[in-house]
Amino acid sequence: MSDDQLDLSALTDDELVAQMHDDLYDGLADEIVIGTNLLLERGWGPEKVLSDALVEGMRIVGIDFRDGILFVPEVLLAANAMKAGMAILRPLLAETGAERIGKIVIGTVKGDIHDIGKNLVAMMLEGAGFEVVDLGINNPVEDYLAALEEHQPDILGMSALLTTTMPYMKVVIDAMVEKGIRDSTIVLVGGAPLNEEFGMAVGADAYCRDAAVASETAQALVLARRAAAAAS
Amino acid sequence: MSRAADTGEARLAPNDLLEEEAVFSGSGTNELLILACGAIAREVLAVVSLNGWEHVTVRCLPGKLHQTPQLIAAAVDAKLHELKGRYERVFVAYADCGTGGALDRVLEAHGIERLAGAHCYGFFAGNDAFEEMHEEEPGTYYLTDFLARHFDALVIRGMKLDRYPQLMPDIFGNYRRLVYLSQRDDPDLLERARAAAAVLGLAFEHRRTGYGELQPALERFVARIEVTPSPASTGDNRT
Repeated sequence: MSDDQLDLSALTDDELVAQMHDDLYDGLADEIVIGTNLLLERGWGPEKVLSDALVEGMRIVGIDFRDGILFVPEVLLAANAMKAGMAILRPLLAETGAERIGKIVIGTVKGDIHDIGKNLVAMMLEGAGFEVVDLGINNPVEDYLAALEEHQPDILGMSALLTTTMPYMKVVIDAMVEKGIRDSTIVLVGGAPLNEEFGMAVGADAYCRDAAVASETAQALVLARRAAAAAS
Repeated sequence: MSRAADTGEARLAPNDLLEEEAVFSGSGTNELLILACGAIAREVLAVVSLNGWEHVTVRCLPGKLHQTPQLIAAAVDAKLHELKGRYERVFVAYADCGTGGALDRVLEAHGIERLAGAHCYGFFAGNDAFEEMHEEEPGTYYLTDFLARHFDALVIRGMKLDRYPQLMPDIFGNYRRLVYLSQRDDPDLLERARAAAAVLGLAFEHRRTGYGELQPALERFVARIEVTPSPASTGDNRT
């Protein structure tokens, strides 16, 4: 607990949510578990706990990471705290049959074993209501294509941390074009050495500079695509 | 700071190029500048001294930039602007260093060349050999002499693993081996590298590279032989 004297159960709902934001920021997994259970006991639905307490808390963490106030270790601690809360909520969300916003297949490209950013994006997207199929690291084009065929996602997300592996994203996108499935799937790319120009150059729909932007972009593009489909 | 005449390394304290910028002037005209990463300062100075280039100044940016590649291009750009017109010719002793081409865009604007390759591991090991090494095992964490020397500061304390050892699997869980690319024969550094592998729980390999492609690249610059750097190979150690 961030304050040894603090009794989370004595807080009002608003105070508890604010405290959970602080606890996420400080990477306090045990406190997040207590707070999550308290909100559920008070009658909060799992979706509301997820969005108001956990996702919003991670959004604040993401802003301070982007602004250079927090660094990778602190973000990892916060992410692990959020995971602890999500472990409680995930089965409850499945029980309620909450409608998913969409589905994403995500993975780090071939030759690259870095997954911190990719894992954060996957977590934020799950928190935003996406079904996430995580292919892990070091994925050749065949793995992406097989996953696209099997899962028929709305979005493909590709991640790379290395200057030398990021061009592989174009290999995957070109293969999607060749198979005629590029237009049916939104492609998002991200990773520390990438930028907007690179994302456009390889033929992605968007470059996402961080997990929060990835979550916002994914939601916006899926909703826009559905609206366009409904209007046509 | 003036250069030591023999190896170029004698005046470098163990951590003096980790945090701070440093200038090493020759005793000659100093019309040439090598703007180098502090993480390869010892090696650059050794090549300069071995060749007796007293007309070459070496300026080093802080070695800790190695861990924050997003800051490298702007730091080099600022330094080049600051020094504009002060040297007849300038060479930048950085590879791409994880900048994703941002450094190349800066250097193109200044009309200045850099070391070929993606990273210091590449030009020390030889970019082709390094690419093969990375393809053989993408989960390889690399150390040079500098990184072996500063492993605790840059990695353990830098990633706060001393305070949060529980983050080790998040940060290093996908790595399989640590390859120490040594520039010099230094038993202490070899032991440090071996200990680093043990701390990270990785298999250990040692390959002596010497100065690799660094030496001929600097010699071409000083001899005014222009080359086109290739965008070359493989990975880096960022987690």
